[in-house]
Amino acid sequence: MGTSLDIKIKRANKVYHAGEMLSGVVVVSGKDPVQHQGLFLTVEGTVNLQLSAKSVGVFEAFYNSVKPIQIINSTIEMVKPGKFPPGKTEIPFEFPLHVKGNKVLYETYHGVFVNIQYTLRCDMKRSLLAKDLTKTCEFIVHSAPQKGKLTPSPVDFTITPETLQNVKERALLPKFLIRGHLNSTNCVITQPLTGELVVESSEAAIRSIELQLVRVETCGCAEGYARDATEIQNIQIADGDVCRSLSVPIYMVFPRLFTCPTLETTNFKVGRAQWGRGTHVSREGSNSAFARLTKGRPSLLTSTTR
Amino acid sequence: MAPADGAAWALREGACPSQSWRRGRCSLGSAGGSLPLTIMAPTDGAAWALRSGACPSQSWRRRAARRGLCGRATAPHNHGGRGRAGPGRELRTGGPRRRGHVTGKMAVFPWHSRHRNYKAEFASCRLEAVPLEFGDYHPLKPITVTESKTKKVSRKGSTSSTSSSSSSSVVDPLSSVLDGTDPLSMFAATADPAATAAATDSSRKKREREDNSIIGSDFEPWASKRGEILARYTTTEKLSINLFMGSEKGKAGTATSAMSEKVRTRLEELDDFEEGSQKELLNLTQQDYVNRIEELNQSLKDAWASDQKVKALKIVIQCSKLLSDTSVIQFYPSKFVLITDILDTFGKLVYERIFSMCVDNRSVLPDHFSPENVNDTAKETCLNWFFKIASIRELIPRFYVEASILKCNKFLSKTGISECLPRLTCMIRGIGDPLVSVYARAYLCRVGMEVAPHLKESLNKNFFDFLLTFKQIHGDTVQNQLVVQGVELPSYLPLYSPAMDWIFQCISYHAPETLLTEMMERCKKLGNNALLLNSVMSAFRAEFIATRSMDFIGMIKECDESGFPKHLLFRSLGLNLALADPPESDRLQILNEAWKVITKLKNPQDYVNCAEVWVEYTCKHFTKREVSTVLADVIKHMTPDRAFEDSYPQLQSIIKKVIAHFHDFSVLFSVEKFLPFLDMFQKESVRVEVCKCIMEVFIKHQQEPTKDPVILNALLHVCKTMHDSVNALTLEDEKRMLAYLINGFIKMVSFGRDFEQQLSFYVEARSMFCNLEPVLVQLIHSVNRLAMETRKVMKGNHSRKTAAFVRACVAYCFITIPSLVGIFARLNLYLHSGQVALANQCLSQADAFFKAAISLIPEVPKMINIDGKMRPSESFLLEFLCNFFSTLLIVPDHPEHGVLSLVRELLGVIQDYTWEDNSDDKVRIYTCVLHLLSAMSQETYLYHVDKVDSNDSLYGGDSKFLAENNKLCETVMAQILEHLKTLAKDEALKRQSSLGLSFFNSILAHGDLRNNRLNQLSVNLWHLAQRHGCADTRTMVKTLEYIKKRSRQPDMGHLTELALRLPLQTRT
Repeated sequence: MGTSLDIKIKRANKVYHAGEMLSGVVVVSGKDPVQHQGLFLTVEGTVNLQLSAKSVGVFEAFYNSVKPIQIINSTIEMVKPGKFPPGKTEIPFEFPLHVKGNKVLYETYHGVFVNIQYTLRCDMKRSLLAKDLTKTCEFIVHSAPQKGKLTPSPVDFTITPETLQNVKERALLPKFLIRGHLNSTNCVITQPLTGELVVESSEAAIRSIELQLVRVETCGCAEGYARDATEIQNIQIADGDVCRSLSVPIYMVFPRLFTCPTLETTNFKVGRAQWGRGTHVSREGSNSAFARLTKGRPSLLTSTTR
Repeated sequence: MAPADGAAWALREGACPSQSWRRGRCSLGSAGGSLPLTIMAPTDGAAWALRSGACPSQSWRRRAARRGLCGRATAPHNHGGRGRAGPGRELRTGGPRRRGHVTGKMAVFPWHSRHRNYKAEFASCRLEAVPLEFGDYHPLKPITVTESKTKKVSRKGSTSSTSSSSSSSVVDPLSSVLDGTDPLSMFAATADPAATAAATDSSRKKREREDNSIIGSDFEPWASKRGEILARYTTTEKLSINLFMGSEKGKAGTATSAMSEKVRTRLEELDDFEEGSQKELLNLTQQDYVNRIEELNQSLKDAWASDQKVKALKIVIQCSKLLSDTSVIQFYPSKFVLITDILDTFGKLVYERIFSMCVDNRSVLPDHFSPENVNDTAKETCLNWFFKIASIRELIPRFYVEASILKCNKFLSKTGISECLPRLTCMIRGIGDPLVSVYARAYLCRVGMEVAPHLKESLNKNFFDFLLTFKQIHGDTVQNQLVVQGVELPSYLPLYSPAMDWIFQCISYHAPETLLTEMMERCKKLGNNALLLNSVMSAFRAEFIATRSMDFIGMIKECDESGFPKHLLFRSLGLNLALADPPESDRLQILNEAWKVITKLKNPQDYVNCAEVWVEYTCKHFTKREVSTVLADVIKHMTPDRAFEDSYPQLQSIIKKVIAHFHDFSVLFSVEKFLPFLDMFQKESVRVEVCKCIMEVFIKHQQEPTKDPVILNALLHVCKTMHDSVNALTLEDEKRMLAYLINGFIKMVSFGRDFEQQLSFYVEARSMFCNLEPVLVQLIHSVNRLAMETRKVMKGNHSRKTAAFVRACVAYCFITIPSLVGIFARLNLYLHSGQVALANQCLSQADAFFKAAISLIPEVPKMINIDGKMRPSESFLLEFLCNFFSTLLIVPDHPEHGVLSLVRELLGVIQDYTWEDNSDDKVRIYTCVLHLLSAMSQETYLYHVDKVDSNDSLYGGDSKFLAENNKLCETVMAQILEHLKTLAKDEALKRQSSLGLSFFNSILAHGDLRNNRLNQLSVNLWHLAQRHGCADTRTMVKTLEYIKKRSRQPDMGHLTELALRLPLQTRT
């Protein structure tokens, strides 16, 4: 059992806002005294962009990825070369989350084509005989809550076979009428999406009603912009043939790591607030329709066969 | 060497002692018969001549003559003792071996009984009674707790109790330990203020009502429902478990085409965190299914214990997914029970884990903590759980898993639970299948009641939501499903009952009357509300239902025939009425209305299920006439096609209810249809069970002995049924139980002064219950008691008639005893009956009993079975014989059978009996015989039987009698000494020592030590006891002290001299 290195960030949830003080300790522990050539702490923040295979070729997608954009990068030497005593040594650190120049601390985001990540890295340089020790630790940056109260913008919607787009033979669709409303189309990311949905009538038995959360990511690159919509999560809100004219709640907690507030920069763009609702209407067990709403406007994306 | 001595040896060693006894007995039995050899070895020629001259039997003399002829000394035993050449040491012709002085000098010692003055001894032995002044301390004086005062210090009910104990000045050690309050009165003290406070402080009670945040013990917990549901909802169809432990490729197919493959896999990983396998288990029987679920429960615990939290979560998700599957719908309630067990386990594990994170080294979180006390790490972990669960794709697992960890909201915020519950309630609306959704509601109510019982609103919301979706049950989707599964509506609807009952129960718990009324109204409004009605009846307070019984009957009648089965409704109503009483005026009408419907039920099963419940109501409020009518109706319904065969449990329960309410058996048996009802139990095992129940109740409730012919007839029949069920395969325990019950009945039968009637009852009982030994034993005891009762009534002076009756009793016993199997039961009963016969002046009968007992002794096996284990019987025999000897003392000799014929016979039997090789029991018995004979030689015996002349008055201390007696003593002593001699081997020295000492004590107690030879013998025994250092020094010292003390008493001066001759061996 050799020496181990660990970073402990003070906040349990590891969430910080721009301008706040990030503090914590680096823990060095080992049975024997540790000889080292210096202990360094690096803060790094990058935006990684990946091109979608759809907009460019597969190879290009693989090789031609856009260069990461650096948001923040600084290194300090925490401890001068020397020796740690045996046992546990805690070295506290603290630094303000500020960026140089006109750069902005974007929110941490793990998407498909866009990744924004912040890491703390601690390196212990050692002599030639021993390997250098490294420990990385991600911390999360959230942008400060918006000032002023968000005005809710409720929206009502109705779905019928007629409102569906991209349907080849509309006549084959069973008749149905679904009404509903969303409490707001602008959502605070920490609050769940809420609303209600009422199946007024449906000719065929309903098998399932699902709520789909979709994001739109746009990346800029040499060939121009690539825009992609991908599913974040899919939540079932009704299972089986629900009672008619009884409101079923719409409720979805945003997965925090995979969503971020709508963001637009020169190089990339991330949009959320896209949500879809799927109604699987079973008739003879094969046909299903899929409906999607964007910002409250029903629009049909595709029709698949289950 | 003295020839006499040799003769003695010849007898003891040369001739087989057992034979000699036998012959001796023969000779005694037939006076004047010639005998080749006998036991008696006269040493003292003169004495012998004297005695034999007086001997009533001629044979003695002849024997004495023979004695001389066989005076050939045989090889003596090597005693093995290194003889100190004492005065008695002699060399034997047979060998140059040395003998120890006791046995060496052993001649036949004459016996001289000490004269006893029992009265004087008794007087001197009795403790002097010292009158105790009131208030004096005495340890056995009862501690009287005069008062246990409770003082109410404050309203909150903290009490201090004081109690003053008895007036004795010395503090009682027991109560002083307990700070002056004994634990019982302490309990009473603490319980009391609570009761009074509750009664008086009504405002406080009200407050308690309002906030009732704690579920009281009157709330029937889920655990008690669990087993019932599992037992009731079963299936024979094959079940399947479908577990996707891996990725759900099939279901993800609905994703948009815009989603790249990479994204899809990543999203799938969100659902299923590790790659696994899809398991589909088909064709499981119900038991397999239960086992699988149990395995899953175990693997959940294992995964959790091995820190595989994700796997644990996955198991839970997959399990709760099973609840969306309604394929074998009859099993659904049981499946719900099984799977919610897993969810409960999971919820507990998560809660405990987060709770343990809040515990620092320093402080432990109190039970009622607030979120501020919870540290960040715990909060973060808790949030993580909720986020993770919120992203579960499917609705039903998401609902169940979140509900299972509802309690964890306490870590996050104070209002967490109260916000979550309504949201989860709404979420259930998304569940389309009405059965699945009602069970989801039941689960939510269950969790809600556990975590936050004060949040009633969401309970009510659940109920009203349910009412809104109620119509779905009759919708197409459900109907189609039922057709596919081949399930009828009347069997489908009861599947809702457990869930609905639970929801209703939660709502109605401590609910105000108005809410209940409102709920009822809302139920009424819906069409086909039988299902609701049933749940209302099973969940609401019985009092509430009972007061509205007539309304309910009306509603039940209006229900649709095709839906929920009506008999279930009546059953539920009946259950309520059994618990709570309806208004007095309605009672008969209720019964009439209900029974009108019940009696029309076609299916005997449905009918009997209903009737079973209503019988209780009938028994409770009506007389035997109504009960008889009801029973008649049951008989009428159950007899066709032998329908009763399928419903024994229900019929049994009807009987139980009836007998529980009719404690007076004369009334019970006058219920016209009761016995015909019993006839329906035609399967023997069930019939016996029912009979047992009846007898148990009879034994429990019958206070007075009875002679009511109705009761006797009926119960004899019942007992006969029980008795006749006994066969070779009946278990011991079962027999014991039956015998106990029958005995209980026999003891309760009394014809008062009509003893003859009583005896004829016992005769009848004997003929009926001959297969149960304990019953026969009981009968014999009862008859003996009867004889003694007669004696008591006649004050000991039997008239001609009563004497004949008593002899009849005795005869009864005499012919009954041989039919018993247990040898000691027989022996003891012979003895006991003999004593009774003796007490009733039936001398020849008593003789017969004793002779029978004596002739039975040789049959006593070496080992007997006691409680299933084989034990040596000798100790029991010893015990019995000692008892027997005490009786023999007072048995007068038969005028034609010679002196002490019974004792002689008994001695013969003892001699012949094959004793254990290494036991001294035979000698112990001989010692007892010696005591008996000593007692017999007294002028007046220690005790007598009233109106029976014992040998003391018969012989009047005749010297011939005494001589006979002494002769017997000598023989017995010779046997004892003989035995002592055989114990001279190394391993037996200890036994020799103790036996020697006990013999010494016997001589000391009963012998006249003024006789020189006896005196010498006792000295020798003393030496023998000490010789090998085996004696306990303390005992020896005590014995010596006792002798010295005795010597100071009058007429005991000779003991002083004896004491001087008894040296104490010091151990060096």
